[in-house]
Amino acid sequence: MTPLLSLRHISKSFPGVKALQDVSLDVHAGEVHALLGENGAGKSTLMKILCGIYRQDEGDIIIDGKTCDFHGYQDALNAGVGIIFQEFSLIPDLDAVDNIFLGRELRNRLGLRDRPGMIREAQRLFDRLKVSIPMDCPIAELSVADQQFIEIAKALSLDARILVLDEPTATLTPSEADHLFTIMRELREQQVGMVFISHHMEEIFTICDRVTVMRDGEKVDDCDIVSTTPDDLIEKMVGRRVENIFPEHRCDADYHDVVLDIEALRLDTNGPEHSLKLHRGEILGFAGLVGSGRTELAMGLIGATRPAHAKVSMEGKPVKLRHPATALKLGIGLLPESRKTQGLILPFSCRDNISLNNLTQFQGALPLIRRGQESRTAAELMASVRVKAPSPETPVGDLSGGNQQKVVIARWLGHQCKVLIFDEPTRGIDVGAKSEIYALMKELTAQGVSIIMISSELPEVLGLCDRAAVFYHGRIAAELQGEDLNSQSIMHHATGGLSS
Amino acid sequence: MSQLASTPGTTRQSLSLRLARWRRTPVFYPLIGFIVVFIAMAVINDNFLTSSNMVNLARQASIIAIIAAGMSLAILTGGIDLSVGPVMALSGTVMAGLMVAGVPPVLAIVLGLLVGAAFGAFNGVFVAFAGMPPIIVTLATMGIARGLGLIYTGGYPISGLPQEFAFFGRGSLAGIEMPILIMIGVYAIGYVLLSHTATGRYLYAIGGNEEATRLSGIRVSRYKLLVYTLSGTTAAIAGLILTSRLMSGQPNAGVGFELDAIAAVVLGGAAITGGRGMILGTLVGALLLGVLNNGLNLMGVSPYLQNVIKGLIILLAIYISRKRTP
Repeated sequence: MTPLLSLRHISKSFPGVKALQDVSLDVHAGEVHALLGENGAGKSTLMKILCGIYRQDEGDIIIDGKTCDFHGYQDALNAGVGIIFQEFSLIPDLDAVDNIFLGRELRNRLGLRDRPGMIREAQRLFDRLKVSIPMDCPIAELSVADQQFIEIAKALSLDARILVLDEPTATLTPSEADHLFTIMRELREQQVGMVFISHHMEEIFTICDRVTVMRDGEKVDDCDIVSTTPDDLIEKMVGRRVENIFPEHRCDADYHDVVLDIEALRLDTNGPEHSLKLHRGEILGFAGLVGSGRTELAMGLIGATRPAHAKVSMEGKPVKLRHPATALKLGIGLLPESRKTQGLILPFSCRDNISLNNLTQFQGALPLIRRGQESRTAAELMASVRVKAPSPETPVGDLSGGNQQKVVIARWLGHQCKVLIFDEPTRGIDVGAKSEIYALMKELTAQGVSIIMISSELPEVLGLCDRAAVFYHGRIAAELQGEDLNSQSIMHHATGGLSS
Repeated sequence: MSQLASTPGTTRQSLSLRLARWRRTPVFYPLIGFIVVFIAMAVINDNFLTSSNMVNLARQASIIAIIAAGMSLAILTGGIDLSVGPVMALSGTVMAGLMVAGVPPVLAIVLGLLVGAAFGAFNGVFVAFAGMPPIIVTLATMGIARGLGLIYTGGYPISGLPQEFAFFGRGSLAGIEMPILIMIGVYAIGYVLLSHTATGRYLYAIGGNEEATRLSGIRVSRYKLLVYTLSGTTAAIAGLILTSRLMSGQPNAGVGFELDAIAAVVLGGAAITGGRGMILGTLVGALLLGVLNNGLNLMGVSPYLQNVIKGLIILLAIYISRKRTP
């Protein structure tokens, strides 16, 4: 049987980097094909070539036996390739229908928009996916999952027969991800060929039929999913066996020493009152579903949003949470959820990103920055967190996700921080870098730093945290520790005690 | 460029590497453009490359250049300051009015500069603390400043200024005319501020990603307030030079100057969306505008046509720099 899609011997170079080297990939109709590899392995480059965003230096794209020559995204769309990017390409202020038909609105006999017709068509697409999504509210008001389903519906409306899903589950809750898998199975029945990119092994083994593993721009292996194991795939992916991605569990917490004591904190005047203690050397997890109020509390703790009422003390002294600058002075730092929009200054080099809030320490008698000292310190910090970059002058936008996250971490290591809040520190990061970031966090706690880690990934919370606060609907539903800290109890409290 | 070529003993490879790095700086293409236009004007016009015309050109360009220095800061942080022209006129008329009323020139100048700074701070408060879009805030205050200047003067120029006041517009120090000297001073300070201080780095960071800057513990609002205060101050410095040159306070001066200043900043390679640019680029941009004005005048091109030519050159220059810079 000829494959629906066949990428043959694709190579691609960027100035100074060989991004892809002789990569081939076959996807059959009705197949979910996992594309696996660490960040920087070349998955995204390959997919961008498939979508006509980049052009390969060598090799062919063959769809239905016909060699295609893509000169842009539009060519790929016309050939039946649809892609769901990590960052959605929907217009937040338009509703589902307008988004699906953006740029190719149906028209009635008068040449005006045929809204009823478009609604009917959209409904047909949603029925095909077996989803129900409100059609007349701006999609910004919908859940991330619904937005993703709209993206898929849009791709299908363009007659996509090959669908690329680039880390679609990264921002979904477990139940939403399950819904997505149901939709993917439905599409499999309808003979759509799918390329699925994910860092989650259990998802790959749940939904995929075949898998291609890439490393350093080359194809390492491809095989049927039934003939492999997660450990086997990870080994191929990183080129070595990763026994356990979490550091050996060792509690550095001193439960007699409260570093941050939140006696009473209300974000809104009428909102729930939080109270929580963070101990020296502790890793406290904020578990819960996306949107359960974890990030909001973290933002309140550093004063990025000013709480309506706060009685908080740090090492026994009452403190005011006015501004992230106050938090910085107190030794509280936040590594935000979204590296690109909240963490990094993308046009800046690694060095400038790292020294951003450390600059005053490089000043002499005059308020001038000593460049040499700044560069040396940045280089040391980069080395200490093992950032892989050609030099400190490299623009941070050129680095992979894992290395970008390390740059954000390095920024805070320049301060003697007492409390660090990591908001989803490993989202979109490959296994190798994840493991390194976990190890770094443990190194910090060994030095007496206290960590709050917001995470939607249960294994991460279980593997790393000494204690976890579980959020549900904006409040802390439970604090779990020791034996009680297990996946059942976390899910139980995170879903409002409804499950189990 | 000449610095590169004259470095002895550099191998070809390191030379091309350094050239590549040079090309990535925002001033590279503006500088090339400036040189090209400059040479073109010199070839077309015999009177262009005379020392008296060069001094003339720099003096003419100085007022826009000084305003553009402040504008650079606003644009660098992702903002803009439309109120600079009227603020310049207001500060100038206040200086003139105070001197005519018998206030000693030095004190009158200081007070006039303070008026500019205060007006800039007024902009800054709305932008930084009320979170309003700079283009709207400064559009509104543009009208306010113009109106205040007209009210203060009753709509008439204020003349009869003390003779020693002419020094700032017509005098010279160490053989250099004061407007040029002041311009050099403003740019020297601007360069040190942007390239060698923490404050400067924060301004780039704010333009690059304001939210990330704030979350990493930088008091973004304070720096924005500072930016608009400085922009008001540079407008007032321009007002000082203009008033001194004309020896009268003109309430209607500076109409359209904000546009020339923005053009200078953008011609100088800065991104209008913020985060990218160099103060020296702005100087090159302002001088490029000056060369065009001066050269076209010498060629006897009609002022109407000059506007068209200038506009086209700005479009072309920005098109090229957009294409070339990553």
